[in-house]
Amino acid sequence: MTVSDVIKALGLEVVAGSAGLDREVAGGYCGDLLSDVMARAKPKDLWITIQGHQNIVAVAVLTEVAGVVVSGSVQPEHDTLERADREGVPVLRTPMNSFEVAGKLYAVLA
Amino acid sequence: MTPENIIGLCLEYGVDIVGLTDHNSGANARAVSGFAEGTGVTVWPGMEVQTREEVHLVVLAGDLEGLDAWQGFIYSHLPDRPNRPEVFGEQTLFDKESRVTGVVDRLLLTSVDLSVNDVRLEARRRGLVIYPAHVDRPVYGYISNLGLPPPAEDFGLIELSTGTTPEEVRGKYPSLEGCIAIVSSDAHRLAELGPARTRLHLYGPTLGEFQAAIAGRDGRKVEVY
Repeated sequence: MTVSDVIKALGLEVVAGSAGLDREVAGGYCGDLLSDVMARAKPKDLWITIQGHQNIVAVAVLTEVAGVVVSGSVQPEHDTLERADREGVPVLRTPMNSFEVAGKLYAVLA
Repeated sequence: MTPENIIGLCLEYGVDIVGLTDHNSGANARAVSGFAEGTGVTVWPGMEVQTREEVHLVVLAGDLEGLDAWQGFIYSHLPDRPNRPEVFGEQTLFDKESRVTGVVDRLLLTSVDLSVNDVRLEARRRGLVIYPAHVDRPVYGYISNLGLPPPAEDFGLIELSTGTTPEEVRGKYPSLEGCIAIVSSDAHRLAELGPARTRLHLYGPTLGEFQAAIAGRDGRKVEVY
């Protein structure tokens, strides 16, 4: 399953990093403490967070997650979107909260 | 903590300058500054702001009027919810004689709806000193919550808790090499006041002098011992 497939299944909005939409998604991780995400997210996870700071892109690159879902209608900062476009890290937005996104993602991956 | 016992302990420990930084509020700064008058202790009125990312930033104002204006700005970005003293504790207000004059009714123990960058830029615009608090701590710190240390150009100054040293933190995060560090007590109770290890070499106890010391101008400097 690719990031594009997840976007279609969950109805997410692509706000940056469209160059990375064909990346493979194998799992997911929820977390808003970036130090925790850095330590625990795995490559090919789709990371769900309410953080919009530009460091989410650095953490996504470092952990090699497939992309970042910013939940709860949070608007990522301008720097975040620029950096995500530069790095080709998909940043996806949704009004759903993290619980709902995680539940739906779990269902489509199962 | 009351104005009297905060300043009393500063005198006992030989603390010349104390930053008063209540959580998202500056409502007791006038009382503590008032009590300090004539004691030889200088109070820098300030605030510990909790951002949307739950990162704590220390803001220091040059005078009480500057802090009042800043408090107005911060209050306008706090959720309009009443405090629940049985859950969060009383938010007590004092006068300079250390008499209780009331409480802050609105909930302070939460985050403003502003990002680290929003708060930093607004503080800079107002000429206030701003720096990330206790960046080495596992909670409410810039690094714990945002994964990486702040870019050196964003703050120029970072605060460390008494549990570490600048050498240790710079060793772990080489990008902080060019950043000035101070060690502060972050005292929330009287027993925590005192063990800070920062000496400021200034020509006077003003915030402008502190800014000059951060910039390393004309022999002023920040020293951690």
